[in-house]
Amino acid sequence: MNVILIAVIVLGTIGLVSALILYLAAKKFAVHEDERIGKVAEVLPQANCGGCGFPGCSGFAGACVKAADKGSLEGLLCPVGGQPVMENVADILGLKAEASAPKVAVVRCNGTCESRPRIAEFDGAQSCRVQQMLGSGETACAYGCLGCGDCVAACQFDAIHMNPETGLPEVDEEKCTACGACSKACPRGIIEIRLKGLKNRRVVVLCNNKDKGAQTRKACSVGCIACQKCVKVCKFEAITVDANLAYIDAEKCKLCRKCEDECPQNAIHAFNFPPRKPKPEAAPAVEKPTAPTAAKPAAPTVPTAEKPASKETTVPVGSPKGNVEPAKEQES
Amino acid sequence: MKTFKIGGVHPAENKLSAAAPIRVAALPKQAVFSMFQHIGAPAVPVVKKGDVVKVGTLLGEAGKGLSVPVFSSVSGKVNKVDAVLDSSGTRRMAVIVDVEGDEWLDTIDRSDKLVTMKDLGNITAEEVVGRIKAAGIVGMGGATFPTGVKLMPPPGTKAEAIIVNAVECEPYLTADHRLMLEKPEQILVGIQLIKHAVNCPKAYIGIEMNKPDAIALLQNLLKEKAAQYPGIEVVPLKVKYPQGGEKQLIDAVIGRQVPAPPALPINVGAIVQNVGTVYAIYEAVTKNKPLIERIITVTGKSVSQPSNFLARIGTPMQQLIDEAGGLPEDTGKIIGGGPMMGRALMSLDVPVTKGSSGLLLMTKKESRRGEVSPCIRCAKCVSACPMGLEPYLLASYTRLKDWDGCEKNDVTSCIECGSCAFTCPSNRPLLDNIRVAKQTVMGIIKARHMEAIKK
Repeated sequence: MNVILIAVIVLGTIGLVSALILYLAAKKFAVHEDERIGKVAEVLPQANCGGCGFPGCSGFAGACVKAADKGSLEGLLCPVGGQPVMENVADILGLKAEASAPKVAVVRCNGTCESRPRIAEFDGAQSCRVQQMLGSGETACAYGCLGCGDCVAACQFDAIHMNPETGLPEVDEEKCTACGACSKACPRGIIEIRLKGLKNRRVVVLCNNKDKGAQTRKACSVGCIACQKCVKVCKFEAITVDANLAYIDAEKCKLCRKCEDECPQNAIHAFNFPPRKPKPEAAPAVEKPTAPTAAKPAAPTVPTAEKPASKETTVPVGSPKGNVEPAKEQES
Repeated sequence: MKTFKIGGVHPAENKLSAAAPIRVAALPKQAVFSMFQHIGAPAVPVVKKGDVVKVGTLLGEAGKGLSVPVFSSVSGKVNKVDAVLDSSGTRRMAVIVDVEGDEWLDTIDRSDKLVTMKDLGNITAEEVVGRIKAAGIVGMGGATFPTGVKLMPPPGTKAEAIIVNAVECEPYLTADHRLMLEKPEQILVGIQLIKHAVNCPKAYIGIEMNKPDAIALLQNLLKEKAAQYPGIEVVPLKVKYPQGGEKQLIDAVIGRQVPAPPALPINVGAIVQNVGTVYAIYEAVTKNKPLIERIITVTGKSVSQPSNFLARIGTPMQQLIDEAGGLPEDTGKIIGGGPMMGRALMSLDVPVTKGSSGLLLMTKKESRRGEVSPCIRCAKCVSACPMGLEPYLLASYTRLKDWDGCEKNDVTSCIECGSCAFTCPSNRPLLDNIRVAKQTVMGIIKARHMEAIKK
């Protein structure tokens, strides 16, 4: 009897003392997490894609709260949730959301199997990065799509797929969240995260080739040869040619499509425009009015380009500064 | 029989051109001198279109930092200075010279007469290194690391053994083998020059047992002229790939292990030089001849005359193939270098460079990779890895993009010898994946380093 009593008392005492220690420790070492972080995290998409530049959604929520303490959410954007989510976040934090234009991934290469003949065969590990490391790929273009689908593997939203006919990836604009994972995965920096544009309309140079015109022309029939015609025809100074490659600034572009008509290589493409009335002397443009993807009226001049154009969902991407290959052609 | 301790494989040797004496390749009509023939910063062109050059004229001076100059190996007129396709299909700056005649600079001694250390008088170590640097010499086994830099041990280290890499463990290649047979004394003088340059009393020449004639020749020479060439020893090695790897060779010859990067061979007191480099050093120091030609093996199972050429740098590969009997019809792949570590060429217009040790024409059948099947956990790659890594694990981490895992498992120690992929019964592209991981992890380490410096 006595033994049981002693045991109960001893254990009970130990229990009480431990409880006291735990209680004090919990008080002393308590981590105060801003409850707003949890609330913000709740309205985020929880895709943890890292497209915002922070490690996952909770990291982004923490950054938002920190920024809110400084009074502004400037520079913070959840590319997956876009404007609506940022408005919710701003509500929670008692701020106004910064206006942000929606973006989309654009594949800046139109070198289909037809326009860019294969000159070599690659039978190593089917990865663009591996291929990029071993040489210039299967075609003569050292800047174009390698076609192994690293971007497809990187996409968490099932928004980019290889088109077996063209050998190029195509972006599903409905699903694309512009998180930038594909852009980072592409070893050649072909994919650009670009402004979606008014009514989703965009005019883009679908080429990433920084070789001189003559070399580009040999490698691909639809490559930008840096002839400057588009620069001259553009009234809004939206087009620049840097390192033998034209680039259209989406913010300056007024979607007039003059450059598209002017481009002798058919490297400039317009997305999501309504079908054009065919010019009287030209063959009727092939049109594919399928909704989400950008059906582009084929330019009347180059019939071979019709096919790639009508397929295009993808838009060229990649800042022109994007690193591709060092050692280009600075003529001394 | 000495060899390195861990891993290694035995690919079929196929030394088809071992009996073919070195032939002087014809002068090209047009020579292309890439400014990127070495590791480090590219050389900077100093000539312009229309300039008249002679053999030995400086075309590109060494760039900033780690770099070497590039010299003309032909005489003629500069056609243009432009970016041209290199062997990997990348456009890189090069000087293109239209060849006219064969006029050499007067400063170069073209005689065959052997110049010994005695003839050189009391040349200082600095002078030797200076001449090596000025001649644009790089590691000619294929790695193309500037030799002058290697011969200046960083403070706190001391060279205790020069190891001459005459292993030529790559199948097919015989350039080093033929060089030893035809220029043995020049090589010995070259070794003396290196010993002199780094003040090291002992030198070893590591040769694999599949070159018994070279071993015997050098051993006899050293016995006969022991007084003239002291402190040089020939070390016969068991045939095993990748014995020509710097770390493997040090282990095989002097039994020391080089720690993981950033440690260098010099940290264990060793300096390794390829035998071709040694010959180039001899020519640079005694004949004042810059690095303008090299020996290159052109070989392959269906090549009609597998040959070893003494070719001027800048000669198009196509010309060498023509001289070796033309391009066989069943060629499936053309590899610059040996079959294990060489890389497929994108075009035959690419020129011979300082690092071109061989040109291998593989038949269609040989050039196909086998069908990839799942890993069966046989661990053959683990036994084969000469660096003691676990290739299957690294390849899996790479697929999962677990760069931390790769780093922890020492992916940066990989020497890219390809033994793992060679030995894999499932034909898994192990090396392809590991290379990606190595490059990525090196980038991460560098970024971390830069961050630390900033702080």
